Amino acid sequence: MDMNQYLDVFVEESREHLQAINEHMMKLENSPTDLSIINDIFRSAHTLKGMSATMGYEDLASLTHQMENVLDAIRQEKITVKDMTVDALFESVDHLEAMVESIIAGGDGKRDVSEIVGNLNHIETGKADTTIDNHQPSQMGGELDEFQRSILQQSVEQGLQPFSVTVELEKSCMLKAVRVYMIFEVIEQISEVIQSTPSVSDLEEEKFEQSFTVTLISESKANEIKDKISNVSEVDNVSVTPIEVGQLSNVESAAAIEVEQPEMKKKETDAPKENTNKPVNNKTMRVNISRLDALMNLFEELVIDRGRLEALAKDIDNSSLTDTVEHITRLTGDLQDSLLTMRMVPIDQVFNRFPRMIRSLSKELGKKINFTITGGETELDRTVIDEIGDPLVHLLRNSVDHGIEMPEKRVKAEKPEEGTISLTAYHSGNHIYIEIEDDGGGINREKVLEKAIENNIVKESMADGMEDHEVYQLLFASGFSTADTVSDISGRGVGLDVVKSKIESLGGSISVTSKTGEGSKFAIELPLTLSILSVMLITTGSETYAIPLSNIVESIMIPKSEVLKAHNQLVIDFRGRVVPLLSLKEVLGVEGTSKEKDQYSIVVVRKGDQMAALIVDDFISQQEVVLKPLGDYLANVFAISGATILGDGKVSLILDCNDLIK
Amino acid sequence: MSELKTVETEMKAIVFQLMDEEYGVDVHQVRSIERMQEITRVPRTPSFVKGVINLRGIVTPVIDLRSRFDLEESEHTEETRIIIVNANDIEVGMIVDAANDVIDVPVNAVEQAPKVVGGVDAEYLDGVAKLEKRLLILLNLEKVLNPEEMDSLRNFKEQSE
Repeated sequence: MDMNQYLDVFVEESREHLQAINEHMMKLENSPTDLSIINDIFRSAHTLKGMSATMGYEDLASLTHQMENVLDAIRQEKITVKDMTVDALFESVDHLEAMVESIIAGGDGKRDVSEIVGNLNHIETGKADTTIDNHQPSQMGGELDEFQRSILQQSVEQGLQPFSVTVELEKSCMLKAVRVYMIFEVIEQISEVIQSTPSVSDLEEEKFEQSFTVTLISESKANEIKDKISNVSEVDNVSVTPIEVGQLSNVESAAAIEVEQPEMKKKETDAPKENTNKPVNNKTMRVNISRLDALMNLFEELVIDRGRLEALAKDIDNSSLTDTVEHITRLTGDLQDSLLTMRMVPIDQVFNRFPRMIRSLSKELGKKINFTITGGETELDRTVIDEIGDPLVHLLRNSVDHGIEMPEKRVKAEKPEEGTISLTAYHSGNHIYIEIEDDGGGINREKVLEKAIENNIVKESMADGMEDHEVYQLLFASGFSTADTVSDISGRGVGLDVVKSKIESLGGSISVTSKTGEGSKFAIELPLTLSILSVMLITTGSETYAIPLSNIVESIMIPKSEVLKAHNQLVIDFRGRVVPLLSLKEVLGVEGTSKEKDQYSIVVVRKGDQMAALIVDDFISQQEVVLKPLGDYLANVFAISGATILGDGKVSLILDCNDLIK
Repeated sequence: MSELKTVETEMKAIVFQLMDEEYGVDVHQVRSIERMQEITRVPRTPSFVKGVINLRGIVTPVIDLRSRFDLEESEHTEETRIIIVNANDIEVGMIVDAANDVIDVPVNAVEQAPKVVGGVDAEYLDGVAKLEKRLLILLNLEKVLNPEEMDSLRNFKEQSE
């Protein structure tokens, strides 16, 4: 069977389950005795195992299977959760992630997992003498834990009847796993499965003789259940015995147990308690992002036509036509808003992987760190979400490595032994702000300056007069490091230039504040979306270009007489700064002459701290446009970052000011 | 089975005119055929790149095929068309003199192209098909639209400036 068509779904769901496992593992570490967390992890691992076995990824399946066994042993209290257990499980997740990544990259998802599987096996059997393989079909079903017992108890109170069902297959049965599957299909239609012996996973792998036992709760009568199951071919015998709840506690310990979807039941029975802290489960559906893009394109066509209609209505000047067009304008405005919100995803998606990272980093470095996240629900456009992860990883590592001091040092400084790093996201206006704050040692101004002078970034004579924030900005200069010893995690400053340019390429900015001995804070400001851009439209010659507002410092008119010359380069004096003057027409090779005027229309643009002044013919207007790529064929055009379609249907190019400033 | 055979032995080609010659591209590589429309120039690109157009909301680059093959450029007429093609996931519009025909080309009618055909280097051709009285030059779009060549052309241009 061709599995490729399921690959997307597989990848997407695997990622979700891995994420879920990661999150729950973090919780488990703090409350190792909470069985509901174990159950959550177990469910994800179980689903993952099923999916990967179906897709033929055997290494994935065998590792998840072994994880399951360990979790099961914890659940049955055969072993207790220790640091070692959590570490091994985390390591397994790392392997799983690597395998899924390899599958995403088109690989076969193969990986040597024998070591970690052996490790897990060791943990699993280390304490428990009753191993998973010790399956003895039991007439009464396996041992039930307290949770399962309470489900049974409550279901009885609701008038449902628990049964123990033993199914015997014909000796000649060839594909036992298939029969089991079919029987379970039938069973699940009429009842809720609590447990099975042997476990479902062993049943799926045909690790049983001729019979197995399932404990279930159902509204149906015993003989109805029996009839339904007997209808499955190759079933030799079915016995259905009602279970008296009172007798449950005395059931003898038998073998491994498996909980199938207790969640449903749990929600019903514990409803009032559960619902208070769980968000309302909104119905959602998965949509391929390319379909949303297609919708967006259609919508833009609509906007363009709307522009034409508006122009027509103005010419014709008929009041009912004008009214209709106005209505359409309002409608399309609303439509645009809902289209854009469809593309928004909570930043949680990115944040979620950080607690795990901080945990392992702090362990590695022997630091104690309390990591908090606020504002994970803040929404950002999909395009930004995809890009923002790497810079944040960098900054967080930086905070762990260089921000937070070692515990002894903190104690000496009369600070709590445990350092705090907080990651915060929030909206304001058309921007989103992300802040990373630590209560570490802060940035050493002297050290930064020393290094900057050493690396020829700043002249010694200038250093004294610099403001603190100017000094901290030096951290973002390329090739900068203040770390005394550059660890393998990061040197403070090393790579911060990369972070900065990434954030700038997203149309954002980054700044840093710090207080010696009290900590530092990196603040990032980003536009909500990359697909919609505020621009100023300008003309030069016969052509129209769009300049992103985020690049523009100011647009001004300057008399020709104020243009100066320095080193054969035209410059202007802009608020006391000498700024090079460029003719956009020359730079872009625009044909056609412009009217001679006695003053220049100038747009001052910036890239970081550098500025340039662009001579244009006219400023047209400021507006919001939809950013479109130029396509692969024109991937690296000088000074053009993309294009947009204007109201009249014409394409206008968007200037990339970074290219113009050298 | 018989259907499979037809696929193997025949290809459908979109026929277009360039200078006095007839050219063909595989119909599977053709997205659509458009009338001439306003093109926005993209600065600092090779001269055969005419710019970009708004193709139903998608910004699509357009090249002049005459100029691409170093042939003499001509005025655009009522007949001028932009053929939108897709090769190696690169979507580009090609300006041609006219496009009006779809024909079946039997694969056994295709011969290797001589070194230069109608001024076009054989490197850009998949072959020449002889069909009764017509001679059809089959384009190799992967070569014609090769972005690496495009890069080297641009670099050359920037250096010479």
